[in-house]
Amino acid sequence: MTLLSEKPAAVRPAPTVDPVLSLRDVRIGNPHTGAEIVHGVSLELTPGKVVGVVGESGSGKTLTCRAALGILPANLAVTSGSIEIAGADISTLGSREWTALRGSTISAVFQDPASYLNPSIQVGPQVAEVLRVKKGLKRREARHRAIELLQAVHLRQPELVYSQYPHELSGGMLQRILIAAACAADPQVLIADEATTALDVTVQAEILDLLADLRDSTGLALVVVSHDLAVVAQLCEEVLVMRDGAVVEHGPTSQVLYRPEHDYTRLLIDEHEQYGLHRFVKGKNVPEEQAS
Amino acid sequence: MTAPVLQVSDLDVHYGLRRRRRQALQGVSLDVSAGETVGLIGETGSGKSTLARAVLGLVPSSGGRIVIDGEDVSGYRERQWRRLRRRGVVQYVFQDPLRSLDPDLTIEDSLVEPLLIQGVSRREAVARARTFLDRVHLSADLLPKVPGEISGGQRQRVAVARALVTEPRLIVLDEPVSALDSANRVQVLEILKELRGSGVALVFISHDLGSVAGIADRIAVLYQGELVEVGAAAAVINEPDHPYTRLLVSSAPTLRAASATRAEREELRALLSV
Repeated sequence: MTLLSEKPAAVRPAPTVDPVLSLRDVRIGNPHTGAEIVHGVSLELTPGKVVGVVGESGSGKTLTCRAALGILPANLAVTSGSIEIAGADISTLGSREWTALRGSTISAVFQDPASYLNPSIQVGPQVAEVLRVKKGLKRREARHRAIELLQAVHLRQPELVYSQYPHELSGGMLQRILIAAACAADPQVLIADEATTALDVTVQAEILDLLADLRDSTGLALVVVSHDLAVVAQLCEEVLVMRDGAVVEHGPTSQVLYRPEHDYTRLLIDEHEQYGLHRFVKGKNVPEEQAS
Repeated sequence: MTAPVLQVSDLDVHYGLRRRRRQALQGVSLDVSAGETVGLIGETGSGKSTLARAVLGLVPSSGGRIVIDGEDVSGYRERQWRRLRRRGVVQYVFQDPLRSLDPDLTIEDSLVEPLLIQGVSRREAVARARTFLDRVHLSADLLPKVPGEISGGQRQRVAVARALVTEPRLIVLDEPVSALDSANRVQVLEILKELRGSGVALVFISHDLGSVAGIADRIAVLYQGELVEVGAAAAVINEPDHPYTRLLVSSAPTLRAASATRAEREELRALLSV
């Protein structure tokens, strides 16, 4: 996993480290009608930190991510509050600056990996393209590095995969390729918006393990968005629970899980306790898995 | 001891012809008794839905036997299947209620249709529809609406009510809660739990071990077209036997503890990839 970056393996950063992404009371709405959809989200991401955002469809979690990536739908805008990426206030960014920032500082993977790849181009060159555009690598170097990246996301036979088309690969493999492409230009922040939702549980666990690896080896900061509290609990140190556009709970994962304050959080936890594996494994008292 | 409502023995299903022929199910045997909920779990492509479709007569089997409520349906032709379905002995609920309910029919029409086909009078049918709507905790106000006017969770409950009106012996539910958010998922699972008392046999298919664990008496694990493990829910989850089941259990995200270490998962993955 040392392949992904030349950066030294990040030791858990001290709290004084500058945030790579910070949102301060971000509100999103339609500036023309005044309708507000997201009512104030704040979060701060330092290198190597993993923050989870939990909520149902329509809770505003994806819009918040899209605001941070500068890709809000045309009729919506950040109406108040501020977003800073690596110290730069995004409201001041023009399209050229955004292009420079995306991929190399902030990057993202989404739910349906197949729809982000061109079906008629082999997957390898699509990863290599990022390297050629963002890092200025020559064709051959880019190919070489892309294969290294495919290996780094634990794809077996990376040379073979390089020359395959999206339809020849499974959803889990495609998601790995997108993660490889998203990390190709060594970003500091990766937003994973429901990145494992469409995958089988066993594949989901593989992708979550992979994200934890990337965090540990490169100091990548992660925003993990999911409707499943357990997915977020597994990976994140800090959790935001969103409902109807508002953050109803925000705190360290253990606090949110053990001492939930909002009814909605409690409902999410109850569901897992009644209908999850807890019914059976609760008494087993297995030691908590450490991501390190 | 009464005979099981569903007996599947040594079932084979193939898709495709000649060189493209692929085996989707191989030697699957599974019994489901009255009042029992069997959870069927497996990854994408493992054959879960194929098994459901074979039991409903939607795909032909190429070997083995299927007996539903004492009736051997293995060699049934389309016409015989249609007669069986009309009697309402077997019902089904699919993942996407928008596609299993006719978008142009009101909820009332969707609910009474299976009864009218059986020759029940309209008035009687409407009364039964109301009863079953109540059983899934929905108000009768929804009757004149069409599926597009109600929420996804309500639609799925209507689909469950529609499956119940003919008082079937067996209901096959294929990923019934996968598209629902947590509040609605809990509601549908509660309803399914309540059904157990009425003696109907349920086959509950899901890729999510969590929701299966919540309601199944027994869990059957399909892996690459074969049934690799069947047992009491607690046993399958606490002492999984097959490597795939072990990986599945150790991959399932839980809130407070992962049930296996990272190293264990990697070992199991390696074991399965051989």
